[in-house]
Amino acid sequence: MSNPTPTPTETTSQSRFPVREVVLFGALLVAVLGVYMAMGTAYSTRMLVEASCYAILALGLTIQWGYAGQFNAGVMGFVAIGGFSAMFFSVPINDDFWGSELPGELGRVLLYIVAAIVLVVGATRLDRLGVPKTLRTVFAVILAVVLYLVVISMLREVTSEIQSRAGFVGGLGLPAWTGWIVGGALAGGIGYYIGRICLGLRSDYLAIATLGIAEIIKAFLKNSDWLTRGTATVSPLPWPTPGPAELGFTLSRAIYLSVTAVMIAVIFFLLHRAYHAPWGRMIRAIRDNEVSAAAMGKDINKRRLEIFVLGCILMGVGGGALATFNSLFDPQGYLPLNHTFLVLVMVILGGPGNNLGTIFGAVAVYIIWLMSEPLALFLMNLAVMFGEGAFGWEPPANLSSRALQARVLVIGLLITLVLRFAPKGLLPEKVKHHG
Amino acid sequence: MNELVFFINNVVIAGSVTGSIYAIGAIGVTLVFSIMRFAHFAHADMMTFGAFMVLLLTMAFPGAGAVVGLPTAVVMLPLAMALTALLAVGIDKAFYKPLRAHGVKPIVLVIASLGVTMILQGLIRLFAGTSAQSLYIAERKEIYRLDLPFELATRPVIITEPQVILFILTIASVVGLHLFLNRSRLGKAMRAMSDNPDLARASGINTNTIVAVTWVIAGGLAAIAGTLLSLDVTFKPDLSFFLLLPIFAAAIVGGVGHPYGAIAGGFVVGFAETLAVFNWAVLLRPIAHYFPEWFELPRNLAFVGTEYKIVVPFFILVAILVWRPTGIFKGKVI
Repeated sequence: MSNPTPTPTETTSQSRFPVREVVLFGALLVAVLGVYMAMGTAYSTRMLVEASCYAILALGLTIQWGYAGQFNAGVMGFVAIGGFSAMFFSVPINDDFWGSELPGELGRVLLYIVAAIVLVVGATRLDRLGVPKTLRTVFAVILAVVLYLVVISMLREVTSEIQSRAGFVGGLGLPAWTGWIVGGALAGGIGYYIGRICLGLRSDYLAIATLGIAEIIKAFLKNSDWLTRGTATVSPLPWPTPGPAELGFTLSRAIYLSVTAVMIAVIFFLLHRAYHAPWGRMIRAIRDNEVSAAAMGKDINKRRLEIFVLGCILMGVGGGALATFNSLFDPQGYLPLNHTFLVLVMVILGGPGNNLGTIFGAVAVYIIWLMSEPLALFLMNLAVMFGEGAFGWEPPANLSSRALQARVLVIGLLITLVLRFAPKGLLPEKVKHHG
Repeated sequence: MNELVFFINNVVIAGSVTGSIYAIGAIGVTLVFSIMRFAHFAHADMMTFGAFMVLLLTMAFPGAGAVVGLPTAVVMLPLAMALTALLAVGIDKAFYKPLRAHGVKPIVLVIASLGVTMILQGLIRLFAGTSAQSLYIAERKEIYRLDLPFELATRPVIITEPQVILFILTIASVVGLHLFLNRSRLGKAMRAMSDNPDLARASGINTNTIVAVTWVIAGGLAAIAGTLLSLDVTFKPDLSFFLLLPIFAAAIVGGVGHPYGAIAGGFVVGFAETLAVFNWAVLLRPIAHYFPEWFELPRNLAFVGTEYKIVVPFFILVAILVWRPTGIFKGKVI
């Protein structure tokens, strides 16, 4: 069980010197150095930057799953929102769009949308004026449907016009970090509404709803060509630090790495303080025994919402940093496997609820993930050579793409095996007992 | 009249097809939920697995269908159902049972089922590749064109052979399930366990048998739904992510743990999807000259584009969770 009620023996056997941490992080250091030796500095630094972005995502998930026991199955969606926001804020201004009358048109439609929302909300309040409730509901629903159809067909006109004349809206030309912050805010906002709906219900519903919202966000970003260029992808995204063109790959990536490392350090410090503060104890109390926490007068749903939104914000920020680093916004590149399940494995393998463990899990799993690609191809080729030599077997043509599918299998196996045999992860959460 | 035919083809038939598939899938989800109390995310991949088994068997015996006069894929379906049921029981033994024995929270089982999703998907893609394949290997898809006996209707109503088979199989499995749950001893035991597991155990019901039977039924139904979906369109290894949300929406709309509700929910979600992507301008066009002068009928009057189809089940899901979390038929477990 991932978030167990601790038994007394566990707490008493806590060693003073953190042997486990030192050994694990030492092994990780050796692995990183090994990658540096084998693959060169530019590639390895890139790997470390990506791993650090994933560590931010994993920290977001660890506070949702580890601290509070909420399972978010749609990390991908929040990551994609962060990525979109980073793209939208940092890409240079598109003069084809802003120079025409299109922004005015788009603004007019957006105003209509706001007006339509106000009208519909107003219609739902009609019962205060003495209109019978059933009549009000019927009226509000009909009004909503009609207004929706009107507004959506206007929006379709404007957006197709933008697409054909200006390509896409373009960016705002601001520094990338503004996009990260807004991305976090957007992700938090979406998380707020999802949480409002689902957190009072069984935890399964949250998993279903987040899974759904992730697919919807992806569908939206993929098909809104006027906003994101859809499958045509946007690149390059400007970096907040000097780019590779000025300093070369290794140095510029190293500077970017220092930025993400500082971000992780700040997040880690704040989370560490929050975890050991009364707030953190309250969150754990709610996770471990909801009923008694409620009996102590804690507002369970509100606290849950708080922590869920906090996790989503971190995912949005991490997603923004990741997209900026890749210098490419490709909505189709957001896959449940790479952005939901990989993060999940990082958290449950590293130790849910343990920030240090989560960061360890993020870096370790990301190294394994990257290295598994050449390894899988190598093993597959070996099998083919053996098969051809021994039985004259004809391999299928798309073998290399199939070899990559083996990683899906490995991720699945890892999730189930870790849950079964090491439910607390490699660095378990340490629960202090007072008294 | 042609507009009406267009409506029948694009909404009535298409909606019933998607509705039936969602309904059969949702029954499995809801049964698993009512017995084991967790949302089984790997269900959609069990559907894909069933369809994949059919694909393999059809490749192995391409001529089998011609003997009986049905598509080979349908002839192979019972065997695939048995294999998928076996897989379902095996997955439970290997992954879920140990966790249940540890007494974990249901949400951990949900995560484990996501892991199983990945395992199944990885296996299927490893062996089937990632491209779409047709289940019709040696045969052709029969298409029936039914002319309507009206003078104005010049276009025929179109229905394909797999769709007819789909309707027949849906009715058969619903009736079969109804008889099983209400008449047989095991079915009654299953209902008892879904109502109150402790009482069921105390009254001498072997819960392990019930769990196994649930998986057999869920696996068999998943194989039917997956195969029929693949017959109607094509077999794709990554079907599952687009199926999961509608199926869960259907199960929740119908009330979780409520098999008949799941059927109703499946059709609600299926028809809502097809109605939402249907272009209503087609129906309004014949009466367009009654509208006032200033009103111009837009060309596309669909609620959502086909690419946003997945929004519909999500919207239904959110609406039902906000207004009536127990579902329209008052599900038991929340």
